[in-house]
Amino acid sequence: MAATISTFASSLDDLGIPVTRTDASSLDERIDELVAQPAVGVSLSDTFDDPSLSLAQTTVEIDPTPASLREATTGVTGARLGIGEYGSLVLRMTDRGSELVSLFVDRHVAVVRESDIVSEMKTAVDALDDEIGRTRGSAIIATGPSATADMGALVRGAHGPRDVRVLVLEEGA
Amino acid sequence: MATADELRELIRTEGAAVATNTQAFNDGRYASVADLEDYEELKREARAIKEDAIERLPELLEQLTTAVEENGGTVYLADDAADANDYVRSVVADRNANRVVKSKSMTSEELEVNAALEGAGVDVVETDLGEWVLQVADEAPSHIVAPAIHKSRDAIAALFNERFDPDEPLETAEELTRFARETLGERIVDAEVGLTGANFIAAETGTMALVTSEGNARKSVAATDTQITVAGVEKVVPTVADLQSFVELIGRSGTGQDITSYVSLLTPPVETPVVDFEDDTTPISEFESDREFHLVLVDNGRTEMREDDHLRETLYCIRCSACSNSCANFQSVGGHAFGGETYSGGIATGWEAGIEGLDVAAEFNDLCTGCTRCVNACPVGIDIPWINTVVRDRINREKDAPADWLVDGLSPDEEDEGAPLQKRFFGNFETVAKLGSATAPVSNWLADTTVSRQFMARFLEIDPRRDLPAFERETLVDWFADRESTVADPERRAVLYPDLYTNHVQVDRGKAAVRVLEALGVDVVVPPVPSSGRAPLSQGMVATATDHAGRVTEALAPHIEDGRDIVVIEPSDYAMFQREYEKLLDGAAFAELAENSYEILEYVYGLLENGADASALAATEDGAVAYHSHCQQRTLGLEPYTVAVLEECGYDVATSDVECCGMAGSFGYKSEYYELSMDVGDRLREQFQTDGVREQPVVASGTSCLEQIDALLERQPRHPVELLIT
Ligand code: SF4
Repeated sequence: MAATISTFASSLDDLGIPVTRTDASSLDERIDELVAQPAVGVSLSDTFDDPSLSLAQTTVEIDPTPASLREATTGVTGARLGIGEYGSLVLRMTDRGSELVSLFVDRHVAVVRESDIVSEMKTAVDALDDEIGRTRGSAIIATGPSATADMGALVRGAHGPRDVRVLVLEEGA
Repeated sequence: MATADELRELIRTEGAAVATNTQAFNDGRYASVADLEDYEELKREARAIKEDAIERLPELLEQLTTAVEENGGTVYLADDAADANDYVRSVVADRNANRVVKSKSMTSEELEVNAALEGAGVDVVETDLGEWVLQVADEAPSHIVAPAIHKSRDAIAALFNERFDPDEPLETAEELTRFARETLGERIVDAEVGLTGANFIAAETGTMALVTSEGNARKSVAATDTQITVAGVEKVVPTVADLQSFVELIGRSGTGQDITSYVSLLTPPVETPVVDFEDDTTPISEFESDREFHLVLVDNGRTEMREDDHLRETLYCIRCSACSNSCANFQSVGGHAFGGETYSGGIATGWEAGIEGLDVAAEFNDLCTGCTRCVNACPVGIDIPWINTVVRDRINREKDAPADWLVDGLSPDEEDEGAPLQKRFFGNFETVAKLGSATAPVSNWLADTTVSRQFMARFLEIDPRRDLPAFERETLVDWFADRESTVADPERRAVLYPDLYTNHVQVDRGKAAVRVLEALGVDVVVPPVPSSGRAPLSQGMVATATDHAGRVTEALAPHIEDGRDIVVIEPSDYAMFQREYEKLLDGAAFAELAENSYEILEYVYGLLENGADASALAATEDGAVAYHSHCQQRTLGLEPYTVAVLEECGYDVATSDVECCGMAGSFGYKSEYYELSMDVGDRLREQFQTDGVREQPVVASGTSCLEQIDALLERQPRHPVELLIT
């Protein structure tokens, strides 16, 4: 597990994505440090099925209106999985608009639980196969910021976020 | 077919941007796949999944239809482009939509769905930045992954500034991207319908994979209430789990990214709420997610391709673009020359022949020289050059036969009367070479007279700027016939295969090979053996090549049974024995020859590894040499042997890493391709003119490479084996 997390961190580093590790007790504080205002989000319980994890005590506006989403600089969501060898995040698509919040912003702050970090793509795809087989849901394997090379040079931030931050939520705290 | 003038114009206007971008993708591919421990295994897996899926296509399509309907979507199976467009138009009309936002999709290009919708008064907006640039410029894509690859930043800036007249003129890539993001962002939130393609679709769950980097496909789906996806029927795979190898290979193979920013696994209709982006009172979660989803599965010739033993493999293609980026000709001219109605690069021949017909494939098929550099690059192991060869053969047969009186003397092969004169000349080079040697040196003088050159330029379209091969009066076989073996107690016994060029033109390298082998204790014979059939095969004369293959194996089989190894100097002929003969011969005959044949330096390497005495070879104290390996030799993984042997003999070896020298057999001799050939060659010339390499002697393994390097550098290159004789 420790090896997986350090691979994940170094893959993210290669992508230019800062990683912060935190325990549940200082999660809110860390989030407030990572967001640029105005910030919107979906409750983390949307991803983690854990009512204790929300963003209620942060400066993030939960469940914003579409208009305030469009005004926002930062969007905060949970991530279902992390993939060590690629530094990828598996984002869910939910009826609370997680997709919109992670996409229509300049900065995406993603929270992933340490225990949800797998080392290989294969493990992640197998997990998605299982989950989608049961739920017929959707997911995004997101790696790094949105990018394009279509304008003559590589530019970060095409249609989606130009800046991604990852918060790893450590266990047992 | 693009004329010499058209090719020259493309090289001038688009060549630089295309070359820079494709080479960056290609270098990125090499670097990225090198990080994959199980690259070959992943490719095999990907191939197996595609083979299985195409085999079981009808059954998977049924399963997919059931799954999509269970999910609440609709499936429409369209026979052809018109059928698909009618359906898409009707969905858009039913939704009363004014605007459709589109993400990048080759299938939608194939359908020309934009024109169909615009004809019905619908505003269609391409949201992929590259596609949008082309939409604004009203140009066609020049690359299947990066459609605006032929446009420089300056050209895009000029286009936007002229068209949109922004307050501050746009200049940098950042400014251009931001402008596009904002302009398109407004249009996306205002649209009713999102139209996407799909890279893969899992039959079990109806889940589609969309491989993108910009996020526009995600937005186009999330911001609209009606999703239409158009996809060729070949995109179906059994399950989501089957996506893993493709997810890991597609970005690496194409643009050289380990993975693209977003791999969306959508099981539409998706759950994201359909919001009103102007609403500033209702929280997002209170919007319903009542979406419609229409999957339009397009046949458009694919069922017939599936039944065609030679075109079927095309359906395995995942459109990664590796075959474009690794192609030396593509790197020079891009998809505007090397492409058909929709698809471009090596595999385009298969797609266009299957979807549009042979006449469209004929427009650009000759730009594939059969160099095979794409073969190892293709993540699903498609034999792209073979598809090009087969289609060339079919094109030959469809065309009118050339004037027979002109051809009969040159090309006696009756089964190939369909091929055009120039193709038959190059395809039957064996006859030419035999005549050439028999009448040398007169044939060489004659070939260089103005009258002959005019004849060749006019009827054979051989470029007058090329030097012609000079035939030797005494062939290698004749020279050898009078010799006794110098080896008393041989370690091994071998046949040195007298390939066409070694036998008639490059006789010295043949003699050098005999001497080197004998010095290493090999008993050598050089019997007369027919030419391999490489020349006719490269002209698409498959029947003639098959005949050669049969006669070659017949001539060599007794020697193999007698315990002799077959040693080959010319890499393109060796590649016939190792690769193409598999298509031309029965399995046993192919296997026997393939298993018992060796490329000359590979063989020398093997002898040295097995205890032969390297001191029998010429050594150098501090020699340095520049080496250009042959395309097909590289594909077969043989370059390292030559390098190792040269190093063993004390050379410091600088190797080229361009994909091809540009000559590619007869390609560079043809008038219409001379300049393209030289443009490709220029990249090799540059590498061998860098500091430290400029002074070094040059060696190259292939005859046509030697001819090309001679023309490019005037450094009188030789075959590496010639450095080894004492
Ligand atoms: S043929 Fe192979 S290399 Fe070419 S685009 Fe298709 S999958 Fe990629």
